[in-house]
Amino acid sequence: MSTAAVQKETKWWSGGRSPFNASYGKVMMWYFLMSDAFTFGAFLISYGTIRFSQNFWADPNHVFNAFPLAGHANLPLAFVSLMTFILIASSVTMVLAVHEGHNMNKKGVEKYMILTIIGGLAFLSCQAWEWTHLITGHHEVLVNGQLEQWGTTVSHNPWGPEVLFNGKEVATPGPIAFGGYFFGITGFHGFHVFSGVVINIIMYLKTKMGHFDDRGHYEMIEKAGLYWHFVDLVWVFVFLCFYLI
Amino acid sequence: MSAQSSSPEITFHPEHSGGTKRIWNTFWLLSALTIVELGIGLLIYNMHKGHPNPSLILAFKGLVCILTLAKAYYIVSIFMHLGDEIRNMIMTIVVPLCLFIWFIIAFLWDGNSWLTLRNRYNKTVPIEKTAAPAATEKGAKD
Repeated sequence: MSTAAVQKETKWWSGGRSPFNASYGKVMMWYFLMSDAFTFGAFLISYGTIRFSQNFWADPNHVFNAFPLAGHANLPLAFVSLMTFILIASSVTMVLAVHEGHNMNKKGVEKYMILTIIGGLAFLSCQAWEWTHLITGHHEVLVNGQLEQWGTTVSHNPWGPEVLFNGKEVATPGPIAFGGYFFGITGFHGFHVFSGVVINIIMYLKTKMGHFDDRGHYEMIEKAGLYWHFVDLVWVFVFLCFYLI
Repeated sequence: MSAQSSSPEITFHPEHSGGTKRIWNTFWLLSALTIVELGIGLLIYNMHKGHPNPSLILAFKGLVCILTLAKAYYIVSIFMHLGDEIRNMIMTIVVPLCLFIWFIIAFLWDGNSWLTLRNRYNKTVPIEKTAAPAATEKGAKD
């Protein structure tokens, strides 16, 4: 059966069939994800607007250069690449779970769902470490002629432009918006990852209990998969906006 | 074998019987694109140590944006199987997203306008070395 031929000959809009050739649930999942894309897009574009309106913005390679157990080694982009690869890998295991679902292979779906859940938890752990490191790691800042130790929070940004003070280069406070945008957007994304992990756990349990075999299809795995891939898709853009440019 | 009987509304099921080769190929492609992006990121980092040409930096950042869009295309088309859906379905998702073209241009323009106004009128904040040309021009006239 040639897909193109079927598409051409079918009267999609004459009733009795979905004009999108997809179930109601799947179409609505797509529309939800589209609206969610606009939410994330609005956040990231608002971040861009504020960044464009500032004379100075923190260099991400300067802010995000730490790695667990590496002490004070300067490793720009290293940790965030690890997080990116964890998320891409968990995306692959998810699409493999969907593939096993098409073949009605219950054991295969279970295996790949477990791997996807582990990937999601690993990503969340990385994010927890990164947030802790940013909030608790103190940096010297020149405030009103005095040196203070600041962490990066929603109200403090120690990554401002550097000035000469007593013969050495010292940072001054940077735009406050930096912390708010970083924690707000990565937090909103992290919350999506968290809810995705919860959905995946539910899907794993339903597979284990044989609900999808009874139903005769694994479409729920596909819908959960759409959500999970969307989380990966958003991370691609968060990675671009916060770490690369 | 595609053993689905999910809904009578569905006219035909896309072929899913192929192996997992396409999925793995996409995975390697996404990994390669990410590694190239990281390479460009590190290149920009090293350029910032000297006195980089701003338009060269901008060109590299633009390149990273294009690579990101390529990654987004592969995730949506192959991992989310949107490429396997019929044209009607694809268009209802992709056409509304074109709003982003206006959205990005309008709001980055707005941010840039704020920068110009800030540097022209806000005299209480000392202007940094990176100040926009508009600000220095005004300062020279005073």
